[in-house]
Amino acid sequence: MTSENSAPAPVVYLDHAATTPMHPEAAQVLTEQLARTGNASSLHASGRAARRVVEESREVIAECLGARPSEVVFTSGGTEANNLAIKGLYWARRDADPARDRVLFSSIEHHALLDPVTWLAAHEGARIDTTPVDRQGRVVVERLREQIEADPASVAVVTTMWANNEMGTVQPVDDVVALAREHAIPVHSDAVQAAGYLPLDFAASGLDAMTVTAHKLGGPVGVGALLVRREVAPVPLVHGGGQERDLRSGTVGVALIAAFARALEITVERQAQVSARIERLRQRLVTGLLRVVPDAVVNGDPEPGPQHRLPNIAHVTFPGCEGDAMLMLLDAQGIEVSTGSACQAGVPQPSHVLLAMGYDDAAARGSLRLSLGHTSTEADVDRLLAALPQVRERAVTASLVRGR
Amino acid sequence: MARLVAAMSGGVDSAVAAARAVEAGHDVTGVHLALSRNPRSYRSGARGCCSIEDAGDARRAADVLGIPFYVWDMSTEFADEVVDDFVAEYAAGRTPNPCLRCNEKIKFAAVLDRALALGFDGVVTGHYALLETGAGGDVELHRAQDAGKDQSYVLGVLTQEQLRHSHFPLGGSVKTDVRAEAARRDLQVATKPDSHDICFVADGDNAGWLAERLGPRPGTIVDEDGTVLREHDGAYAYTIGQRRGLRLGVPADDGKPRFVLDIEPVSGTVTVGPRERLLVDVLEADRPLWCGPAPDGPLECTVQLRAHGAEHRAVVEVDGDLVRVRLHDPAEGIAPGQAVVVYVGTRVVGSATITATSRVEVGVGDGR
Repeated sequence: MTSENSAPAPVVYLDHAATTPMHPEAAQVLTEQLARTGNASSLHASGRAARRVVEESREVIAECLGARPSEVVFTSGGTEANNLAIKGLYWARRDADPARDRVLFSSIEHHALLDPVTWLAAHEGARIDTTPVDRQGRVVVERLREQIEADPASVAVVTTMWANNEMGTVQPVDDVVALAREHAIPVHSDAVQAAGYLPLDFAASGLDAMTVTAHKLGGPVGVGALLVRREVAPVPLVHGGGQERDLRSGTVGVALIAAFARALEITVERQAQVSARIERLRQRLVTGLLRVVPDAVVNGDPEPGPQHRLPNIAHVTFPGCEGDAMLMLLDAQGIEVSTGSACQAGVPQPSHVLLAMGYDDAAARGSLRLSLGHTSTEADVDRLLAALPQVRERAVTASLVRGR
Repeated sequence: MARLVAAMSGGVDSAVAAARAVEAGHDVTGVHLALSRNPRSYRSGARGCCSIEDAGDARRAADVLGIPFYVWDMSTEFADEVVDDFVAEYAAGRTPNPCLRCNEKIKFAAVLDRALALGFDGVVTGHYALLETGAGGDVELHRAQDAGKDQSYVLGVLTQEQLRHSHFPLGGSVKTDVRAEAARRDLQVATKPDSHDICFVADGDNAGWLAERLGPRPGTIVDEDGTVLREHDGAYAYTIGQRRGLRLGVPADDGKPRFVLDIEPVSGTVTVGPRERLLVDVLEADRPLWCGPAPDGPLECTVQLRAHGAEHRAVVEVDGDLVRVRLHDPAEGIAPGQAVVVYVGTRVVGSATITATSRVEVGVGDGR
């Protein structure tokens, strides 16, 4: 609650995994294109000009992600892309062969994937199987193998996120793809968190579908894409004008798409350098954190590198604390973090990711996700480290009060 | 300037209370209490205190006031301390007041303790009651200016320590002014209906809600001679003093209406009889909670026996954890489980939970 300085300090934003500031260049493209008149589906000159912007953007995005332009299907964002992938592939595969009624998904998927999967089970008769993860939050491929091989002909689709949004743990997507390939099962991956920080090559990945969204990499909220291999045809969710390869209908948002492309272009151009810088910041954060709060536990995979974890997320458990108390105390000092888990009516729920990793309910409630991004600085990290000891102490007291 | 948590239910009163605390120069943080694990499982709509809509209304009010806002999960505490207690009390044939219980165990305990631990100085709520500093420096709890809205009864469970950390900015206002002020402050909740009934009982259907949790517990309704008048599905559906909904079929011999006189929880026997048999003038109570020092010797005072109920002149005597109340004039429809709140003038002395009632000439021990 205390503000040590009389002048309000600038906000320390450590929630880049929720959304990251827009690149100024992307914001500029967005505002320029917002002034444009023209439906990209119209046949006249204005329509053609709008269409040209969309198609050039599609080419940029495809190039950045190792895909063909025709494989880029624009959506309203990651949630819609995940819904289209998982429901669309399930329906398409089941239509082709009614025996295919199983969906295999990892236990640490985002709600934007979990919820459509459970919806399929509740409303479409899907049988769903959760693939467990290890203590670092990584899918156990051998268990997935068992699940598939129990009855390969019944598997409609397999999905495993590229990198987890709470932990940052990178998933063995290559292994998952290789496994599914043996049985010609399509694989989807939610790469929303990974796209900003790791080089992604859709063609090389062997994936059939992959989700990306603009606002996690410096683009605007409200636009994303599902990359869909040309020979794969999920059943659409949204019917209408068929604008996006007949897989997704609705007038395309020219300005959003153009800004998405610009943001992704900048991200990929600078990725090696920015990710390395962020990795160093994370080191500073983790080292400092363990110095000021020695009993804190940094979760997930400690190893850096694109096979291990994202450079920007540090997920920390503070024993004896409640994450939401710490969040509030930090917020009062202008330091913005997340508990990492989903909220229900504003109440953080114990993280299903940590529970899946074998942590107990207390650890799952007593954690913070600190996520860095392209605008993060050493000063941000140092502000957090300066605030943490007192915040931690008060949160422990609050937790003891509750427990008594 | 104090650092305060404003408990914001999503209603107009708590929003204006928070606004006044801000205006008084305090550093205020809005907190909405999530009292149900599943916000849809209790009451929905605008009348209760635990719907998603109410959390949203509270959030909007905090936005307008420019204060931080959080939701605190008190669902476990609420379930354990208030809801379970409510069910257990009815199962035991008593008539609890969950609002007092919530103030005692949640708002001015779990919430206040958490606030203090997190570095706040106290809690501000939209209750209609006044706080004054007494001669000895104690904080005194008094009735609100607006007699129609006075909520000092449900705050009668607060101790001196809790009162010291409490702020009730609405105690000197009348409700119409509070609504007008909310409108003036551009608070969207200015025209929101007041909450009524019990926040966690959907539709106000107390008996139905209890039936879902306690299941059928058949028993009989008898007259004072023990003659069985009919069967019922659960004594928890009845309250002492209740007249309506007894569905006795045949009228009493004298043709006068009959009232619930007694509930015997073990057998589930509900005894009915004429109105005059509801009159009692001796109350025994336990679990006293005093706002300051406990009364020393017989206290000539007034007591209130239910929320928005009448004041009764009485003498209260305290013997440790036992409180004996002698009413100067008999009162009717007093049920075990209800709180007796003791006043001297407008000042709240404290409260206790009624365990037994009787009529002097009848004597204690008639089971009531």
